[in-house]
Amino acid sequence: MLLTERERLHDELAELVTRYGRDRSSLLFILQEVQRRHYHISQYAMQVIADLLDIHPVEVHSVVSFYSFLDERPQGQFVIRLCRTITCDMAGKDHVARQLENDLGIKFGETTPDGKFSLDWANCLGMCDRGPALLVNQQVHTQVTPEKVHGILQECRQTFGVHATSDGRETRT
Amino acid sequence: MAKPTPTAGVSTRAPASQRSRTAEMLQHAKAMGKTIEVAIDGSPIAVPLGTSILEAAGQLGIRIPTLCYHEDLCLAGVCRVCVVEIEGQRTLQAACSYPISSPINVKTHTSKVRRARRHIIDLLLSSHVGECYTCSRNQSCELRELAAEYGVDFFRFGHVQKPRYEIDASSHAVVRDMNKCVLCRRCIRTCIDLQEVGVLEALYRGNRSKVGTFLDRPLADVVCINCGQCINRCPTGALRANDPTDEVWDAIDDPRKHVLIQTAPSPRAAIGECFGLEPGHAVTFELNTALRRCGFDRVFDTDFSADLTIIEEGVELLLRLKRALVDGDASVALPQFTSCSPGWVKYVEHFYPERLAHLSSAKSPQQMFGALLKTYYAQINELDPRDIVTVALMPCSAKKFECNRPEMCASGHKDIDYGLTTRELAKMIHEAGIDLLKLPKSGFDDPFGTATGSGVIFGATGGVMEAALRTVVELVTGLKIEKLFDHADVIPVRGFEGIRYAELPISQIGPVPELVAHLFDNWDFLKDVTLKVGVAHGTANAKRVMEDIKAGGRFSQCHFIEFMACPGGCLGGGGQPSPTSPAIRAARA
Repeated sequence: MLLTERERLHDELAELVTRYGRDRSSLLFILQEVQRRHYHISQYAMQVIADLLDIHPVEVHSVVSFYSFLDERPQGQFVIRLCRTITCDMAGKDHVARQLENDLGIKFGETTPDGKFSLDWANCLGMCDRGPALLVNQQVHTQVTPEKVHGILQECRQTFGVHATSDGRETRT
Repeated sequence: MAKPTPTAGVSTRAPASQRSRTAEMLQHAKAMGKTIEVAIDGSPIAVPLGTSILEAAGQLGIRIPTLCYHEDLCLAGVCRVCVVEIEGQRTLQAACSYPISSPINVKTHTSKVRRARRHIIDLLLSSHVGECYTCSRNQSCELRELAAEYGVDFFRFGHVQKPRYEIDASSHAVVRDMNKCVLCRRCIRTCIDLQEVGVLEALYRGNRSKVGTFLDRPLADVVCINCGQCINRCPTGALRANDPTDEVWDAIDDPRKHVLIQTAPSPRAAIGECFGLEPGHAVTFELNTALRRCGFDRVFDTDFSADLTIIEEGVELLLRLKRALVDGDASVALPQFTSCSPGWVKYVEHFYPERLAHLSSAKSPQQMFGALLKTYYAQINELDPRDIVTVALMPCSAKKFECNRPEMCASGHKDIDYGLTTRELAKMIHEAGIDLLKLPKSGFDDPFGTATGSGVIFGATGGVMEAALRTVVELVTGLKIEKLFDHADVIPVRGFEGIRYAELPISQIGPVPELVAHLFDNWDFLKDVTLKVGVAHGTANAKRVMEDIKAGGRFSQCHFIEFMACPGGCLGGGGQPSPTSPAIRAARA
C-alpha cells in the first residue's frame, strides 16, 4: 500500500473512531463501516483500529474472523450469498448456483477479476417458504430461478457508479 | 499505592482476573445486608449474594470438576464440565459462572449430571488429537484426569486421528500444538487479561474456531514476550516449552564436552513439586547431587552472578544519578529499569521502544554467568570455550529465547547454550532413575561457589529491588542496612501486591568502599537525596507503571524500578511446574 493511501486510511479510521467513540464497544460499528466502504478490512486497518481503540490487534482479527459479513480479503462490490440449506437445496439451488458461476465466470468463494462480484454460500436466510433464496449485499431475492439470475446481475451492473449508494454503500473512492 | 492512570478518554480493558471477586461480593452483601441460604447436596450454607455455586461448594468441601475455570483468570464458562443440577430448573447450570441470587437446592452428582459430564468430556476428547504416551503432559494433564475420573471408557463421539494443524515450533520458548487444544481459552485469558500482552485470541467460528495469533502468524513473528504463563495454565499439552533436553543429554554423553549447569533459586524452590513435595520445599542441595549424577561436570549457583548483576545495576544507577544530579544532564534515562527478566525486556522492545534507554545495560544473571564460564572459567581451567556447554536451569521460558538472542555472544561463543525449565530438568532426573528426595546433600562447585543472600531473594517479586537497595545504601552510606530498617527485609518493597513504591532517604555519606570509591571524586551529591523506587510484577502491572510514567505521575519521579514479566516474579515463571495459583506461588517465596 502506498504511503499516501495508508495515511488516508488512517485519517479515515481516526474519523470513524471519533464518530463512534474510543471504546472497545464501538469496534463492530467501525468494522461494519470499513467493510461497507472498502469491501474488506485490511491487515493495516485492523492494526490501526486496534491502536486507536487501545486494544490488541489480535482482538480485532478475532472479531473480523468470527463474522461472515466481515472479510479479511477484498470482496466484490456485490457479494452474492446463495442459501445452501435444505429447503433451498430441494427447491433447486444447484441450478441457480451453476447459472451464477456461468454468468460470472467464477466459483463460489471467489471474486471476479474486476472486483465487482463475489460468490459465497450462506446458511439459512429464513426464506424457506420461498426458496431458493439469495442475498445481494443486504437485499434478499426469493424464488430465484436460473432465468432470473441474469436480471439480478444486470440490475447490479446498472447500479455502478454514483447509484451504488442505493443499497447503503458508498461509491468506492 | 499508585492507582492506574487511564489515559484520557480511553477505557482500557481491565484485567478482571486481578480483581478479587470475593472481596467485592462481601462488600456488596454488606451494603445489601444479604446472605442467602442454599443447600448443596443437602448441606446448608449461607453465602453472600452473588457467590458462585463453585465457591459455595468449595467452602463445604464438595469438589466440582472444572476445566476452563482458573483461579488466576476471569470467568469464561465455556467448557461446561462443572455443570450441576438446580432443583426446579429445566437445564443444568455451570457452577463456576452461576451467581447465587436466590435460595436454591443444588445437586452436584445426580445421574443426569454425571451423564452430562461424561458426554461433555467425550465431546472434548472427540476433537483432541494425540496419544497420551507421547505427550509432554502425560502425567499432569487435566483432561486425562477428568476422563479417568468420569469413567470415559471409549470414544462415544469418535476421536480425530489425523492432526488438523501444523505444530508451531517457530518460537524458541513456546511450542503450540493446536491439535491438542480443547478451546478452554485459559491461554487467551492469560495473554489478554492477566498479562495484557495480547498475542492469543479465539479466531474464526464454530467447528473452525481455534486459538490463534494476529493473522494466524507463527509465534516467533508476533509480539509474544515468551513469558510462558499460557503454558502454566494450559490444561492439556497444547502449549509447551521448547524442550532441549535431548541436546543436553547429547552434550553430557559426549566425552569431549565439559558440561556446566547453573541453577537459579526459583526452580530449586519448586522442583520438589515434580517429585510429590508440597509447594515451598527447597531441595537445593539434593538437586546438586542429582545434577552430578546426571552427568553434569560442574554445578554452579546463579546467585553468584545475581550478585554481579546487582553490583552492575547499582553502579549504573549511581552513574546515572550523578549525571542527572551533578552534571544536570537532562538526557539521562531515569528511572532506570531492571533488565533481568527477558520477558519484560521483550515487552519494552515491542510496546515501549521509546523507553529502551531506561533499561539497565547489565546482562541478566543467566547470561553473565554464561559469559564468565566461557571466558574467565575457561581460562583458569585451561579449557577451550568451544568444548564448554553451558546449561541454565531457570523457572522461565523466556530465558530460552534470551540465550538464543544473537547479541548474547560477546565472547564469540554463545553465553548459554541451553536453557532448561524446572519441568524439563525434573524429567531428566526421572529419566536418569534418580530419586531426588532420597539423595545426600552436596554443595555448589567453586570458584563461583560463595554468594551473599541477595541472589536467593531474586526470584521473588521485589527481590532484585531489595538486593539493589541494600547494595546501594551500603556502598554509599557505609551503614549496614540493618540499621536503616529493623531487619534486612525491606518491607515496603517485598510482597505480592501488583505495584509497589518506596522511598529511602540517604542521610549520610559514609566511608565508600575501595571497589567503587574511584567512580566519583566527591560522593556528597547523594547526601539528602531520597531514593525513590518502584516494583511491578506481571506485565499488566508493568503497563500501569509505564502509563503512569508517560503521564508524568509518581513513577516518573522514581530512580529505579524493578519489573518482572510474570505474576509473582520468577517463582511464578512460565517454566515452573503446573499447576499454578496464588497460594502455590506464595508458598514458593
